[in-house]
Amino acid sequence: MAQIDIRSVRKSYGKTQTLHGVDLIFPTGEFVVILGPSGCGKSTLLRMIAGLEEITAGEIAIGGTVVNRLEPRERGCAMVFQNYALYPHMSVADNIGYALKVAGVPKAERRRRIEETASIVGLSDYLERKPAALSGGQRQRVAMGRAMIREPKVFLFDEPLSNLDAKLRVSMRAEIRKLHQRLNATSVFVTHDQVEAMTLADRLVVMNKGQVEQVGQPLDIYHRPASTFVASFIGSPAMNLMDSRIEGGTVRIGGHAVRLSPAAASLEGREITVGIRPEQVRLSSNGTGVMAVADFVEELGSGRIVHAAMEGQAFAAAIGEEVRVQPGQPIAFELPAEHLHLFDRESGRRIEVEGPAASPVAAVPALALS
Amino acid sequence: MEKRSVFKSTWLPIVFALPQLTLILLFFYWPVAAVMNWAFTLEPPFGGAAEFVGLDNFREVFHDPFYWNSVLVSIIFAVCGALSAIFIGLVLALAVDRQLPGSGFFRFLYILPFAVAGPAGGIAFRFILSPERGLAAILNSIEPDLWNPAKYGSHALAFVIMIFIWKWAGYTFIFLLAGLQSVPRALIEAAAMDGSGPIRRAIDIQVPLLAPTLFFLLVTMMTEGFVGSDTFGMVHATTAGGPNRATEVMVYRIVDEAFHGLNYSGASAQSIVLIGLIMVFTFIQFRFIERRVHYK
Amino acid sequence: MIQRTPFADALTYGLMILGFLLLIGPFVVVIAGASQSLQQVNAVPFRFMPGTHFLENASAAWTRGDLGHAMVNSLIMATLVTVGKVALSACTAFAIVFFRSPLKHLFFWTVFITLMLPLEVRVVPTYAVAADMFTPFRLLIQFLTGIEIKVEWNLLNSYAGLVLPLIATATGTFLYRQFFMTLPDELAEAARMDGSGPVRFFFDMLVPLSRTNILALTTIMFVYGWNQYLWPLLMVTDPSYKTMMMQLRALLPAENGIPDWNVTLAGSLIIMLPPVLVVAILQRWFVRGLVASEK
Repeated sequence: MAQIDIRSVRKSYGKTQTLHGVDLIFPTGEFVVILGPSGCGKSTLLRMIAGLEEITAGEIAIGGTVVNRLEPRERGCAMVFQNYALYPHMSVADNIGYALKVAGVPKAERRRRIEETASIVGLSDYLERKPAALSGGQRQRVAMGRAMIREPKVFLFDEPLSNLDAKLRVSMRAEIRKLHQRLNATSVFVTHDQVEAMTLADRLVVMNKGQVEQVGQPLDIYHRPASTFVASFIGSPAMNLMDSRIEGGTVRIGGHAVRLSPAAASLEGREITVGIRPEQVRLSSNGTGVMAVADFVEELGSGRIVHAAMEGQAFAAAIGEEVRVQPGQPIAFELPAEHLHLFDRESGRRIEVEGPAASPVAAVPALALS
Repeated sequence: MEKRSVFKSTWLPIVFALPQLTLILLFFYWPVAAVMNWAFTLEPPFGGAAEFVGLDNFREVFHDPFYWNSVLVSIIFAVCGALSAIFIGLVLALAVDRQLPGSGFFRFLYILPFAVAGPAGGIAFRFILSPERGLAAILNSIEPDLWNPAKYGSHALAFVIMIFIWKWAGYTFIFLLAGLQSVPRALIEAAAMDGSGPIRRAIDIQVPLLAPTLFFLLVTMMTEGFVGSDTFGMVHATTAGGPNRATEVMVYRIVDEAFHGLNYSGASAQSIVLIGLIMVFTFIQFRFIERRVHYK
Repeated sequence: MIQRTPFADALTYGLMILGFLLLIGPFVVVIAGASQSLQQVNAVPFRFMPGTHFLENASAAWTRGDLGHAMVNSLIMATLVTVGKVALSACTAFAIVFFRSPLKHLFFWTVFITLMLPLEVRVVPTYAVAADMFTPFRLLIQFLTGIEIKVEWNLLNSYAGLVLPLIATATGTFLYRQFFMTLPDELAEAARMDGSGPVRFFFDMLVPLSRTNILALTTIMFVYGWNQYLWPLLMVTDPSYKTMMMQLRALLPAENGIPDWNVTLAGSLIIMLPPVLVVAILQRWFVRGLVASEK
């Protein structure tokens, strides 16, 4: 069991810097997910922990030992790769047991542990097969078995589910979670899939452009995104973001003024970006509210997403009740002030306003829904 | 192309590369350095230290009509041999690629001559094409000496070229067949939908798409014709450069000058010219390979 | 695709049969001639049917060319050349591909340039090196320390001399290099995570994964080694090191002697047979290696 400390770690290739000083602490036994778009540096960070990538500046410590200069095998980490990287010429048993063979574990002992591991990942019947004769899900299990068998202090996952089909991904997700509870090793899981991130993480790290945007529990991040980037990256469909400005304690959205809480008064005159999650948007009951022009409706069965244009910008609302909307038809929404997120327009950082915002003041006449 | 993940060690790569590099230094670079040295020096006939003579050896070589004879012979040999071998390989590859019943059998057989060493093939052809027996005897019974490579230089040159073609046609065939098989099937089918028959398709679609392979083979075969190890063997085992130097290709002349004429300086100067020629071929090959990569 | 093209099909078969006559015809003549009697082989017109005298012709050739000895030597030489090439080029390619060393470019180009230096153009000094292997070292030591030492190691008339100068191979090195480049980066990374160092990775992963390459290269290089002509011709003077290729000319009928070409052909057939068999039996590998190594 080991805590991972990452202290002002930087990475550059020649002159281009890809990580601009990352500081993180992953406590013992936690399941940490690093989430971000491709090219944000998440995989590089993981590979630096693994020892596959040189650390340009800063330091990484595992269980209190600085590992900057240690070989991968000396760090006590195991890794599951995106393409599994199974040894194609070895049987499942040999793949799983290779690390023990390298370590010089006696044959009988090795055999015992291979069988034990194989039964945990459900591969007991496939030990003599070659990787080419396995399905995608089984290969994934071999990769996990190979990582588990050494009883590592740290588990590293590099987008391990992205090569699987959607159904398998869901079930493997659950299995990884169960495995973590059982082994209780510190796990670092890199992904660009926010659903994966939300469902797996004890602690979520959102990265962008070589920097950490936000660290926290998944729900915290969902409810209080620290920046417009995090706001738009987490949640599906993505949060609606609209440019506005605070005037007289209100923000104007779609020809409608929404009154903010008194605490927002200090922000008078600021250029801001207002965000609201589609699932917090409601259809206006009386035909008044924030006006938009309907585009189309995505029917999900359990609900539906109304896509509309508001002052020329795309706007989505996840609605529970059934509606029929014609393209081009005006539609009025209610935006509850307590669900509005305010961001500084220039920096994109979250502006904290104490207490919920108040109700709308100025109503603009609108056509009722047909 | 670089590997992302590599091992860190200063001495291990040296240990791994050293065995072959030592052999290369000993048997390639050191001898070539000696060739360079000899090409610019002359050893006095009655002993004593070699003397630097600048370009004298080259001058002598370039004033030697026998040298230019060997250049001409080599050019005829390489050009005729290369073009014919490629042409035959192409025709056979187009035929086999149609995958008619039984074509697999022919494909299997066509490659076999390439396994035969040039000199061994040469001995066989000395019998097959000898003027007094076998097939050529019929020819010569029409008119005496219609075919006599022992007597006529042009016949002898044609003779060694034939051995070259026989051996290398199978080689070009392999590459051209591989090239044809990488032409997408859909392209042939599209042409068939456009109403083009198999012969038209071969000329309009397949041969143009083979252009890179054809060019590659042309350069390879020319190199082989000029400096291939089999070229020396073919000539040595059959005509020994004769009659009257009609088949004295450049490589044969170099070895002959050195080991029979004991003219190391002259042979070395000729070697340098030949190395220069190979460099030109290699350069052309590389430019072309780079272009091929870009078009992909 | 449905095709009804009787004319093109007939033409195709015509061409394939023509190709057969051209390329396989010589084999037929050699086999026929090698199994005929002295009169039959000299008959005009030549009869393409094999006779019944192959065994006696072959045994006559076997004695005339001392082929028993030569066969052993050729086998030893071809095998050692093949093993040397297959093994050393793999090591060099490993050093070039899997290490981040400033020397890798030097290694690459050192090997690459050998493509432009065929034996024919450096044969005399190569002979000189083989006659006295320590010349370069001696000169180097003399140059560095001024001490002249008298050690000689003569490779002429030895298996080492037959084999060592032929082992370096750019073709083989590049074949491995190309294959190593296609392996996913994660393979080496996974091995490193499992605790394997470079040497272990080479033997546990690269060697078994290169099996097809090794087989392909082995077929090509065996044919190459067996068919070596010029080098043994120059450096072997001791009959006990003669190879099959060198005995070809000894099989020829004596000038103005009996034209017993049946014996010559039987001998030539024996000499050309091993590589032909290799190519025939392992054709898939041979062709694969040939096409891959020229890319």
